[in-house]
Amino acid sequence: MTTASDRSSRKGIGASLTRKEDDRFLRGQGNYVGNIRLAGMRDLAFVRSPVAHGRILEIEKPAGREGDVYTIDDLAGVRPILAASGLPGFKRSEQPVLAREKVRHVGEMIAMCIADTRAEAEDLAGETYVDFDELPAVVDMLAGREPGAALLHEHWGDNVFLETHIDADLEDIKARAAIHVHRRLRTARQSMAPMEGRGVVAYWDKRLAQLVVYTSAQMPHINRTGLAECLGLDEGSVRVISPDVGGGFGYKGILLPEEVCVAWLAMHLGHPVRWIEDRREQLVANTNCREHHYDIHAYADRDGRLLAVDCEAHVDSGAYSSYPFSACLEAAQVASILPGPYKMERYRCRTWSVATNKPPILPYRGVARTGVCYAIETIMDAVAAEAGLEPYEVRLRNLVLPQEMPYDNITHKHFDSGDYPEAVRRAVRAIDLPAVRERQRRGEADGRLIGFGLAVFCEQSAHGTSVYHGWGIPMVPGREPAGLRLTPDGILEVRAGVHSHGQSMETTLAQIANEVLGIDPQRVRVVLGDTGTTPYSTGTWGSRSIVMAGSAVGRGCKELRERLLHVGAWLLGEPLDAVRWEEGGVAGTSGRFELAELTRIWYLQPQRLPVDVHVGGLEVHTTYQAQRDSGAFSYACHAVVVAVDPELGKTEILDYAIVEDGGVLINPMVVDGQVYGGTAQGIGTALYEEMAYSEEGQPLASTLADYILPGATEVPSIRIEHMESPAPYTEFGQKGIGESGAIGSAAALASAVNDALKPLGAEVSRMPLSPRAVLEALARSEAATAARAQPEEAFV
Amino acid sequence: MKAAAFDYHGPATVAEAVALLRESDGMGKAVAGSQSLGPMMNLRLAQPTQLVDLRFLGELRECRDEGAAVLFGAGVTHAAIEDGKVPDPSLGLMPHVAGRIAYRAVRNRGTLGGSLAHADPAADWVNVMALLDAELILAGPDGERSVRAGEFMLGAFTTVLAEDEIIKAVRVRRLGPAARWSYYKFNRKTGEFAEAIAAFVDDPESGVRRAIVGAVDGAPYVIEDASALIDGWSDPAAASALQAAGLVPGSYEYQVHRVALRRAAERLSRPNGAQQ
Repeated sequence: MTTASDRSSRKGIGASLTRKEDDRFLRGQGNYVGNIRLAGMRDLAFVRSPVAHGRILEIEKPAGREGDVYTIDDLAGVRPILAASGLPGFKRSEQPVLAREKVRHVGEMIAMCIADTRAEAEDLAGETYVDFDELPAVVDMLAGREPGAALLHEHWGDNVFLETHIDADLEDIKARAAIHVHRRLRTARQSMAPMEGRGVVAYWDKRLAQLVVYTSAQMPHINRTGLAECLGLDEGSVRVISPDVGGGFGYKGILLPEEVCVAWLAMHLGHPVRWIEDRREQLVANTNCREHHYDIHAYADRDGRLLAVDCEAHVDSGAYSSYPFSACLEAAQVASILPGPYKMERYRCRTWSVATNKPPILPYRGVARTGVCYAIETIMDAVAAEAGLEPYEVRLRNLVLPQEMPYDNITHKHFDSGDYPEAVRRAVRAIDLPAVRERQRRGEADGRLIGFGLAVFCEQSAHGTSVYHGWGIPMVPGREPAGLRLTPDGILEVRAGVHSHGQSMETTLAQIANEVLGIDPQRVRVVLGDTGTTPYSTGTWGSRSIVMAGSAVGRGCKELRERLLHVGAWLLGEPLDAVRWEEGGVAGTSGRFELAELTRIWYLQPQRLPVDVHVGGLEVHTTYQAQRDSGAFSYACHAVVVAVDPELGKTEILDYAIVEDGGVLINPMVVDGQVYGGTAQGIGTALYEEMAYSEEGQPLASTLADYILPGATEVPSIRIEHMESPAPYTEFGQKGIGESGAIGSAAALASAVNDALKPLGAEVSRMPLSPRAVLEALARSEAATAARAQPEEAFV
Repeated sequence: MKAAAFDYHGPATVAEAVALLRESDGMGKAVAGSQSLGPMMNLRLAQPTQLVDLRFLGELRECRDEGAAVLFGAGVTHAAIEDGKVPDPSLGLMPHVAGRIAYRAVRNRGTLGGSLAHADPAADWVNVMALLDAELILAGPDGERSVRAGEFMLGAFTTVLAEDEIIKAVRVRRLGPAARWSYYKFNRKTGEFAEAIAAFVDDPESGVRRAIVGAVDGAPYVIEDASALIDGWSDPAAASALQAAGLVPGSYEYQVHRVALRRAAERLSRPNGAQQ
């Protein structure tokens, strides 16, 4: 039983413990791939395509240095990256690690150049000439489906990776719906921006006959599997080590063609090889994500209750299918999660994953859900406007109710727990909506327009085998493993196959160990990121680690506790049921043994142990699967107030409140950090970030001067209020919240900006809601008021 | 990206710097704070074979209060101006602008002369110096010459600087005690390059009533007599200035510049520095 007085000194579940890893990070002692120096290491630079679509006619290597430049023809035995979805009708795209015959996006790698330094390698790249027969580029996903569009993968016959249908007959609903709203919405292609880019160092270990690859990755085990496949090695011959990783967000959850190239070259040359991605490579060639188009209808009764949602969604998947999540991850999710946290009678959705001459689309924090939340929340706002209701009121009328939990929604998502309407009510209260509406009515002295927006959503976290199998991804997660080992001096080593790139796993896994064993988190060493020392795992993604790995660690600790209790009882000369685990040791009626005493006796004084000691010793390997693998659903409501300058189109965030339910919080401070970070990214999605392309498929942002990210001055103070409804199916009641902040924020901001523009009759239907987009929308509405027929683009 | 190979020089005198540039035969570049040239070299957009580093030139960091004007060494950093470590002839305009250039890390290294020589239309000093009709003192192999700021910049990233010339100093005339100024910069976020700049100065003592429209395709457009915009707003006067600056009516760029110009004019009636 915990009392109020010892709660502050607690270090277990629920404690806002400062982060163990910060000791090294704050002292500048983190160790990233870019810090690694190996004797004889040489640097790699890539020749990348300057054209979006073309046939390679000739590659001319620099005279006298031909041996330092490699093309696909030199990479004997290297297999292309193939990420085939298991969904019926999926068309496979083979991605050669260096272009073969064709290039399909600007930045695609054509050749690699090795030299003593990166600068010299870039010199070689600059001296390598490639002659192209340029082809028309497919730059827009909708245009890519038109007849006569250029074809990326000619043998397909079209540009569609996959088309999916959820069908329903809506005719009777259309006939009786008092409200019908329709929107066409577009989200920009974005570029993820982890502070640390990708980087790879590889060498061949002759003693172990093993390829060792250091790479900044979220899922080293999956990278190992993929590398082995592409290089034709057995997995035992490959060790992947991900040291400190400076942000992942999904970008580091894929197999890079660069990884395959660096690894092959290291094997081929016999010396260590390094490639460190620069920001231009990252922006232009590597980190694209998010681009969706929605054509969405909602039907509701006159009270604003949803009857049906009908949507045609496109995802611009880019040129290739990335390993392991595939080109269809986003669209497959769109179809299944578009209904959001709402109830409806009928649902129809068709999706297309379209191949375009742009880099492959990758999963980015929130995967699909950011766009989906924007689409469904925009349509809910539209329903509210038609019904003459406050937007939050329409949400309350359609959300799944707490007494209906657990609830199987229209796409068979199993919402496990929570009180969604309460999150909305609290968020509206936190933002003081009546005061905002009053301020809106009063008007601002500076002429800016006040807008209020909200978004409510649920996030399926830590979903497991059956869900991913259903989405057809080639890598299906199963039981999550953890390895635990006590040392003679009572240190607990925790080995987990997930990784930490901002998630604070070194701290939170130690807190779980503390919760079960009472061991000080400083005496827990969490080992991550090395396939040589950690158990096989699909890694960190999908808001799964604290539920899956955290639960596995908890189970392992409980097993260790049982074994130690057995020994302690024996040593105390008491029956097992007379002793208990208390404050980090075994306590009986006659005395107690501390953990470190028990471990010392176990390893060094085995003569004192009982004969029936557990044969597993003080090492545990365990795996965890939730009671059901349909996911732990966290949820949140974001409420935001903005001021929009109607003359310049610029938006300032005035107030921001989030009510969040992550179930039982392992470390509330860490959860807050996750929510802040995700929200900052959503602010980028909503207001700033856009990877635009010219008609020829040239990216228009190649530096961070052109690709605008929110900074400290653009991210406001955010108030977070927690609800803690325990997840019914997880070990400690925890839910994943890693992506949450990035899901609701963009939708809430769009809602707020459009609320501000409403008096002027304008609505922005795309992200980002940049000054240009806002002014265009205003000009369109002005023009529409003045005359009727107007051109699409208001500005020349 | 790493820069292409170049030879590095750290001359001790202006004459030496100029001689090095002259010898480099058009392939040399002078660098001061390296906040623009450095990234361009790393992106290989600029590939000088000779890099002449001006940061050891003490004479470029000297400032002199000449009474009627202040002479700034071209190597004065934005931060020195922001922090008031050098005299201010502009009743607070220059510190106001300096403190809003990019981010502090950039301001610590970036220099007044470097920014002018780089001549990015969206940067601040090319606009402010044109507004204040500053005099740029250029040093070359044949000695020094001076150029009015409004005539220095020929277009985006192009100036009258010869390949073997550097900016040595900038002379800014002192505003009269009753002068008023305003500066309006529109950008997507703090620290970014401007999408529109407009500024006014109204000095009863000298009779100067000047305005600029900046962050356009080329050099800032100087409105030598901005009375029509200062004494009550004139739409036709504004429109003709904006079009003369190369802006196309109906475009996004025209709209944001028009708003910037009007807001700058409005702010002129407020106390200097009460800008916001």
